[in-house]
Amino acid sequence: MASVEGKGTLTDTALVSAIRSGDEEAMAFLYDRYSGVAYSVALRVLGDTGAAEDVLQEVFMQLWRNPGAFDAGRGNLGPWLAVIARNRAIDLLRKRRPETDIADVVVSVEPDLAGEAERARAMEKVRDVLSRMPSAQRSALEMAYFEGMSHTEISAKTGEPLGTIKTRIRAGLLALRKAFAT
Amino acid sequence: MSGHEQFAEDLALYALGALQGDERAVLEKHLEDCASCRRELESLRGDMSLLAMSTAGPKPPARARKRLIDAIAREPRGSVVPVRRRPWWALVPSFAAAAMALVAVFFWSQNADLRQKADGLQTEQTHLQAELLRAREVVATLTASDAMTVTLVAAKTPPQPQGKVMYVKDRASLIFLASNIPAPPPAKAYELWLIPMKGAPMPAGMFMPDAHGSAMVINPPLPAGTEAKAFAITIEPEAGSATPTMPMVMMSQGA
Repeated sequence: MASVEGKGTLTDTALVSAIRSGDEEAMAFLYDRYSGVAYSVALRVLGDTGAAEDVLQEVFMQLWRNPGAFDAGRGNLGPWLAVIARNRAIDLLRKRRPETDIADVVVSVEPDLAGEAERARAMEKVRDVLSRMPSAQRSALEMAYFEGMSHTEISAKTGEPLGTIKTRIRAGLLALRKAFAT
Repeated sequence: MSGHEQFAEDLALYALGALQGDERAVLEKHLEDCASCRRELESLRGDMSLLAMSTAGPKPPARARKRLIDAIAREPRGSVVPVRRRPWWALVPSFAAAAMALVAVFFWSQNADLRQKADGLQTEQTHLQAELLRAREVVATLTASDAMTVTLVAAKTPPQPQGKVMYVKDRASLIFLASNIPAPPPAKAYELWLIPMKGAPMPAGMFMPDAHGSAMVINPPLPAGTEAKAFAITIEPEAGSATPTMPMVMMSQGA
């Protein structure tokens, strides 16, 4: 049991390294660490627990089969898995095949979200930023992020100019980044 | 982003997967040459990961964990070889790749024979090492992540799912190369089958196409000496199946 507890404290990089050697236990630890965020974002996009479980399974199986796709030198695992899960959920929602190789997805973000407390703080902060965002901006960002709508589709739905939608989406993302800037 | 403001908003849309058509093509071309915009894209994806945090709360059911643990326990490592970054591998597996694979098998065979005959003979050993080195070079080219693999077909031929099997029954050595394979349904994967002259189909490896539809299987566990009547591909649960689930989505010609 000591080795299990010891492995639970390993860094993401060490666990991914163990997965490269076929260590199933390391995979279980990473699942316990990040399945929540991958599942919750897929569930929000797809609105169906079964479909969200399928995304969760697919994302972690991709990591198991190809741990080299995650480059620890260029980002943290939690944010990477969150983006991969969101993108795959959107692919399913829009009924399209994956457009990007997961190995080509590099995610750079300040908080590493490896600890449960860090994730809880990040969640509070993000929700706070969203609550203070002008509703039109938040709405445009959420339509693009959670519904996979293009700026053209959002413009058609809201009746606002394309340029305005583009600006709102980018400004929304930058507002999140600013809130976490040290 | 200084000097690249014209791409700033398109980059955000691109990160979200919402940029299409000409705008996407122009931006991708720019990204090839612009490290500054590539870094900004990575940061925008970081912003996206933060947005994912706003959904935190629902936990996956315990059955999802068991499903994953069971699946990885059943999937032998090494049976699936994901293929990365092969943008040129957009058509059928090339004759060049097939030829290299056959050459690799040939050298492998030759090395085995030499190993028996060269006991204690330095000159033979040197020869063997040279052959082995060449074989490794061939295999390295076959499996290189940055290998450019191109197949020429008649002009205006629409891309079709294609698979090519190279099988040496006495050594139970099998190399399978595929392209233009569509993504399978969620929680499913493709399974290659060897259909022997006698008896039931034998599993010959699971595979998943990469983002470009390419995949390969190298030397799945097979009994030596099995004479193959045909090869086929089915869609199965990710953990694989012992018997094929109909329909067969691909089948060797003439079978």
